[in-house]
Amino acid sequence: MTTNGTREVDLVDYDDAVARYDPVFGIEVHVELGTRTKMFCPSVAVFGEEPNTAVSPVSLGLPGALPVVNGTAVEYAIRIGLALNCSIAETCRFARKNYFYPDVPKNFQTSQFDEPIAYDGWLDVELDDGSVFRVEIERAHMEEDAGKNTHVGGATGRIQGAEYSLIDYNRAGIPLVEVVTRPITGAGERTPEVARAYVQTLRDIFRALDVSEARMERGNVRADVNLSLRATPDSPLGTRTETKNVNSFRSVERAVRYEISRQAAILDAGGTITQETRHWHEDTGITTAGRIKSDSDDYRYFPEPDLAPVSPDRAWVEQIRAALPEMPAARRRRLRATGASLTPRCATSSTRPRSTSSSRPSPRARARGDGRLDDVDRGRVDDVAHLGVSEAPVARSRRRRAAGISGNAARICSTHARSGETGARSGSGK
Amino acid sequence: MSTLSRDEVARVAALARIDLTPAELDRLAGELRVIVDAVASVSEVATPDVPATSHPLPLTNVFRADVPEPSLPVADVLAGAPASMDGKFLVPQILEED
Amino acid sequence: MTDLTRLTAAELADRLTSREVSSVEATRAHLDRIAAVEPALHSFLYVNGDEALATARDIDSRRAAGEQLHALAGVPIAIKDIVVTKGMPTTAGSKILEGWIPPYDATITTRIRAAGLPILGKTNMDEFAMGSSTEHSAFGNTHNPWDLDRIPGGSGGGSAAAVAAYEAPLAIGTDTGGSIRQPAAVTGTVGVKPTYGGVSRYGLIALASSLDQAGPVTRTVLDSALLHELIGGHDPRDSTSIDEPLPGLVAAARQGRSGDLTGLRVGVISELTGEGYQPGVRARFAESLEVLRGAGAEIVEVSCPNFKYALGAYYLILPSEASSNLAKFDGMRFGLRVEPSEGNVTAERVMGATRGAGFGDEVKRRIILGTYALSAGYYDAYYGSAQKVRTLIQRDFAAAFAQADVLVSPTAPTTAFKLGEKLDDPLAMYLNDVATIPANLAGIPGLSVPNGLSDDGLPVGFQVLAPAKADDRLYRVGAALEALLEAQWGGPILAKAPELEVAR
Repeated sequence: MTTNGTREVDLVDYDDAVARYDPVFGIEVHVELGTRTKMFCPSVAVFGEEPNTAVSPVSLGLPGALPVVNGTAVEYAIRIGLALNCSIAETCRFARKNYFYPDVPKNFQTSQFDEPIAYDGWLDVELDDGSVFRVEIERAHMEEDAGKNTHVGGATGRIQGAEYSLIDYNRAGIPLVEVVTRPITGAGERTPEVARAYVQTLRDIFRALDVSEARMERGNVRADVNLSLRATPDSPLGTRTETKNVNSFRSVERAVRYEISRQAAILDAGGTITQETRHWHEDTGITTAGRIKSDSDDYRYFPEPDLAPVSPDRAWVEQIRAALPEMPAARRRRLRATGASLTPRCATSSTRPRSTSSSRPSPRARARGDGRLDDVDRGRVDDVAHLGVSEAPVARSRRRRAAGISGNAARICSTHARSGETGARSGSGK
Repeated sequence: MSTLSRDEVARVAALARIDLTPAELDRLAGELRVIVDAVASVSEVATPDVPATSHPLPLTNVFRADVPEPSLPVADVLAGAPASMDGKFLVPQILEED
Repeated sequence: MTDLTRLTAAELADRLTSREVSSVEATRAHLDRIAAVEPALHSFLYVNGDEALATARDIDSRRAAGEQLHALAGVPIAIKDIVVTKGMPTTAGSKILEGWIPPYDATITTRIRAAGLPILGKTNMDEFAMGSSTEHSAFGNTHNPWDLDRIPGGSGGGSAAAVAAYEAPLAIGTDTGGSIRQPAAVTGTVGVKPTYGGVSRYGLIALASSLDQAGPVTRTVLDSALLHELIGGHDPRDSTSIDEPLPGLVAAARQGRSGDLTGLRVGVISELTGEGYQPGVRARFAESLEVLRGAGAEIVEVSCPNFKYALGAYYLILPSEASSNLAKFDGMRFGLRVEPSEGNVTAERVMGATRGAGFGDEVKRRIILGTYALSAGYYDAYYGSAQKVRTLIQRDFAAAFAQADVLVSPTAPTTAFKLGEKLDDPLAMYLNDVATIPANLAGIPGLSVPNGLSDDGLPVGFQVLAPAKADDRLYRVGAALEALLEAQWGGPILAKAPELEVAR
């Protein structure tokens, strides 16, 4: 009945747990931007080079060094915000997040606190059965990555002098965008699947936007998963845990499942959930508690005095919006042509990845065409030729696309994105 | 108005990662209480209608082009390090996990 | 042969240009002077003799070859040890950086080197620029050349003493709350804090990022203008630097020398004189106003009622920003590393032990105060409120500058006090900055020029303030007052300073 990873932990069978508790989850995704240089200095942003060979006084946190914002990183952040249907801030500032950690060279991270560059967005996530779940996005903000620690020495033994860390600051200062969801409710037993699909969809978007290689196995995309349980959807939110070290899509799904089972067992026994950061172990399939850090939540945020506010002018934002490539979801719709008749207005709007479904998940699968095209739809296969799909369905959808028609356009037209809420529309230039 | 007890000073010193001797702690607590009382008057005049100034000069949108510059030579990087190994900074064991 | 060390920088520059004197001769003369008086003064933490002479030789040969050089090429300079200098130790006056050799140059260092000024060395300062007397240096006191038992001001006491004692004709200081201007006042020298953003902060070890500025420390107003034009101007490596050319500072100083200030409106800030200011300081101030009036200026009284909150706001903003800026000094990447004497050697404990051993009292005081002011639950009352006071002070200045072209006050409330006199009372020490702090909070430029001796025979400074980006007004008014007063005195004020005993 303990939460200590070295002792046996009670778990409630997953299906039982979700039958009796309502999970609420949130995900924070960090994506490393594929800019040439770092967020605040002109060192190259590289992967895999010799240690400490891509650093400057700024990214090393040397006394006297000052940051200067990478304009391309700002553009990429705006692209991400727009693709996630966010509002782009009229003006925003960077802030210092103060905490001591050897891989943070200044012992503060330059980030954004209460003024993110993008906020109030949403993302429709397509699940395996074709149903769509809308994830509300609270914000996307800019920050910088930390260096890389390599721990050397015994496991968690306390042999004096036997353990130390080696630090490489090549990664320190690489631009990050952090995307934070609101607490996501209503996924029920599909919570783990939705969580995974969300991270996958984000990854696909980052690639489509050309803002990042977005390879989870390389750490370009990192996910932290928050999870809490409550008795019913009408109950107040429960205490949540945050799970880190979730390094693959599969891990996202597994970690969420595990936390649901673990928390259910604690609640069943009348216990309380400790608000804490937990660590996912892919090999053993469990989460373990991290150290309880009492004061380190006090980051003493204040506006970064070394940087000027960022006020993206609206013309620039519209330029970026107009140049956005087609999003994977829209591409899938386009390829899944079913030949519905359309009004001219729908024809022109069909190439834009507006919301394609009502805003709450429907367990009913959407009509779809050839099963194999679905693989293309989901972006799993980049090259149609490899599918061995016959020419006809592909040619048919290409013809329809040329005519500006997409099979699901009827549904696109009949249901709308929540209008007016955010003032943001996702758009493609096509 | 000041809540700067000796314990509070100890807590803040830990937050700031500064080891203090008990004598220092006592002395600092006394001095800081006096200073905090002296500066606390600022909240009197800082009413909600007054905006905060975080930057004395109104600059915005100061950006740099995404163009690389050569790194500091790694020898220079590590020259000032208290300890290094294999091209990396060697630091004592870190107990807190990220 | 003239004692080269008694020349102003402008005079020396002229003689170098005419090749009457070589830079090697000038540099050697200053190095000799340094050796002679350093045992008494301790202005320098590091003397850069060999490299300075190498620079001097290089400049001499390039000049001989007919190359066009910067106006100040070959004129030696001293640099406050808070400015990063590649290959030269840089300590910021702290044990935590003892022995640190930076791998890069500050932008102002780069500009100084590019112009060919031999760098004589790094000057003493209060640790991390926190102080008003240089007594908080981890490496010993600097002594005021006017009276060796007295403070030279702070935090830039080393630069001011070096210039006052003819160890250097030019020096660089930094000013966060008066650390250039107040030492200038108490040593009989000239010091200028430029408009915030007017001089690059890249390579200045940061104290309070929104308040710090580097600036000139010299014996004359013209020399400051020359140096300010060399180091100032936009720097793409500093996001807070102003992307506009400087106004003509040297031209303004030359114009001011004529002593004609007809049409100039001079505002006297009523909150910055009176109680707490020594009688001699107030008397010299009043006399200076008469001199300005005689030069054609119109004197008006202005009120800046929110100045009474300035000290409080400053001693919240500075420690808060400093607590964050000084977090990087942790024994991991550079500088001092101290292991705890017992128990586990972990990174966290090494940080605590290093900072406990490496930081002095004043630094610890301010870091803890700043950490407290930023912490959860206190931000609004402390740091947040202080940033609002800044707005009010900017508004006070804006209203005052609607009535006057420049604002004036005594630079400091007292003359140089004795070493040790205020060490036990931090709050009393903070009061030295009461006249200089408002300019830093608002980002406007300020200059201190000597305006006489007090009843105790010690120098007094006159402060001139101008609107942001109007630094030229400081030089015009400062140069005028200087010229008129020197005419009265029959020479510069430093001529009245006692001759220092030189070590043999």
